[in-house]
Amino acid sequence: MHNSGISIWFFIGVLLTVYGALILGYGLVELATGQTANVVLANLHAPIWWGGLLLALGLFYGVRFRPRRNDQ
Amino acid sequence: MLGLTSSSIFASHGNFAALLALGAPSLAHLRPLDIAVIAIYFVMVVWIGFYLKNRANTSEEFFMAGREMTAWIAGLSFVSANLGALELMGWAGSAYQYGILAAHWYWVGAIPAMLFLGMVMMPFYYVCKTHSVPGYLKLRYGQGASVVAAFSFAFMTVLMSGVNMFSMALVMKVVLGWDMNFSIIVSSLAVAAYVYLGGLRSAIFNEVLQFVLIWGGALLVPILGLVEAGGWSGFKAKLAHNIAIGVTAPGDYTHMWRSMGHFADNPMGIHWTGILLGLGFAISFGYWTTDFLVVQRVLAANSLRSARMAPVIGSFFKMAVPFIVILPGLLALVVLKNPDGSLMHLVGENQVSALNPHSYNEVLPLMLVRYCAPGLLGLGITALIAGFMSGMAGNVSAFSAVWTYDIYQPLLVKKAKDEHYVAVGRLATILGVVISIFAAYTVMHAKGIMDYVQALFSFFISPLLGVVLMGMFWKRATKSGGFWGLLTGTLTSIGLWAWVHFYPAALRFVAISPDAKAMAEDMYRALWSVIVSVLVTFAVSLCGKPRPAAELDGLVYGATKLPQEEPVPFYKNEWFWTGLAVVGLIALNVYFW
Repeated sequence: MHNSGISIWFFIGVLLTVYGALILGYGLVELATGQTANVVLANLHAPIWWGGLLLALGLFYGVRFRPRRNDQ
Repeated sequence: MLGLTSSSIFASHGNFAALLALGAPSLAHLRPLDIAVIAIYFVMVVWIGFYLKNRANTSEEFFMAGREMTAWIAGLSFVSANLGALELMGWAGSAYQYGILAAHWYWVGAIPAMLFLGMVMMPFYYVCKTHSVPGYLKLRYGQGASVVAAFSFAFMTVLMSGVNMFSMALVMKVVLGWDMNFSIIVSSLAVAAYVYLGGLRSAIFNEVLQFVLIWGGALLVPILGLVEAGGWSGFKAKLAHNIAIGVTAPGDYTHMWRSMGHFADNPMGIHWTGILLGLGFAISFGYWTTDFLVVQRVLAANSLRSARMAPVIGSFFKMAVPFIVILPGLLALVVLKNPDGSLMHLVGENQVSALNPHSYNEVLPLMLVRYCAPGLLGLGITALIAGFMSGMAGNVSAFSAVWTYDIYQPLLVKKAKDEHYVAVGRLATILGVVISIFAAYTVMHAKGIMDYVQALFSFFISPLLGVVLMGMFWKRATKSGGFWGLLTGTLTSIGLWAWVHFYPAALRFVAISPDAKAMAEDMYRALWSVIVSVLVTFAVSLCGKPRPAAELDGLVYGATKLPQEEPVPFYKNEWFWTGLAVVGLIALNVYFW
């Protein structure tokens, strides 16, 4: 897959990066303003660490499987 | 997991419909961030379709994804094609209702069959270069059995796609308050676009994407649920306390086999023989080894070793799925609370009321709403949407292949250029979506049909297993044997279903116990139909003349010289990973015995 076009892992990397950035960004705003969503265990700030995890995974896959010039 | 779908999952439609009738408010309210997350997903799937458009020009590319998939991609797609949102929500509801017994459908009801497909059956499917399971039947038994299997599969596939479409629209209506027509139109347009453009490769890419999304969107729920419940031991202590004070129905929610000694000892009304032979063999082997929807994904692998490894890889993920499906259902028993702080009670199909507005099948959305802040909620909802769309795409791409290769080519236009069959396949994709929409609206206006869809599907899958197994492992099996085995097995299944449907007391005979319940009927009916199809195939074949062994090369065990695979280190060997999967399966069952 990787040698004959853009890998599916790259698409996944892009999607996770975008999602991770959005969710982490929301979590940081929440932390900065102190206005947390009305959900159970909001004190754990799940958007920050879950968004951060998605972002890290997304960046890893996005970079590791990025399209190269000799592809396609 | 159509073949494994419990009646409770299909009953969810009744629950949702009842909720709609009550005019209950939607469960979740999306913020702009959630809408953005969902919209980005739709952009991504259509982008993938357009990107892959130029890589679906030949029939091999369009229908078989060029047979270029790695073991990982084929394996994830294989398990993902079965991981629809309806399954997630339905089994989470079953876990709330029946406890960890629901995990049988993920472990003994899937893993042995997946490993058997990879290690024993895949070489024959792969070496004979068939494009489909009906295609294998044609090579082994001739046109008759193949056409019967192709028509029944094509019909059931688009019907199931329509059911999936309707289910999604209904769930989106209940959970988000979305208009049902909007959900049906948007989802079918997206599915039609990316399968039409990119064929099976596009469907597989999106299934892998969906698989990642489901884990990314749903994994947070059991993690936070466990934190709130105080870990697994804390959960068990709270559950025991709730049962002791009478706020939770008594029962063994955390063990899988202890209550299987007698039909009356467990809420499912099943005996361990039914689980082991009916679910673990007849139903699960029928689904995982002969349903073209899932087998098609593995046939797209880039080598025999990848084709064998794909189901093995898939089996590990399948074993892990209860963590995001069964565990949230169990945790809900102790963490879901009403606004006044009292324990929330989810109820069954006929008990939804203003007092108890939520049914078992809403447990997953309720848990999502409980823990997920904006963005995370959108991710969870996207996971559900992706699950539904992936299910539709899987059905449509399989329909397209079977229609073109097993119906159109042998019966209508035998010899044409390759481009012609690709064009037919693309049109079949659109046709499949249109019929699915029609089926969705039919189901919407006659919901009773839902009860029959699952039964219809089961009529064909189990007998097909008997015939395929006889054809693959017995050289003596003949064309007539295969045809009559398939026919009588199917008639047996239909007959037993009709017997119980019109005379419910017959359940005690079909499921061999007066204490048996509906789920047990599904299992024993499948078992009897496999037995009949095997016996009839055997008996009729003995009366006929077998095909010469030379004609069976690549089709039958003992008549096929399988290609030698290059030696690899043990950690890349499929038998090593199969052994690990077996050990994992045994360990899980022993731990939760």
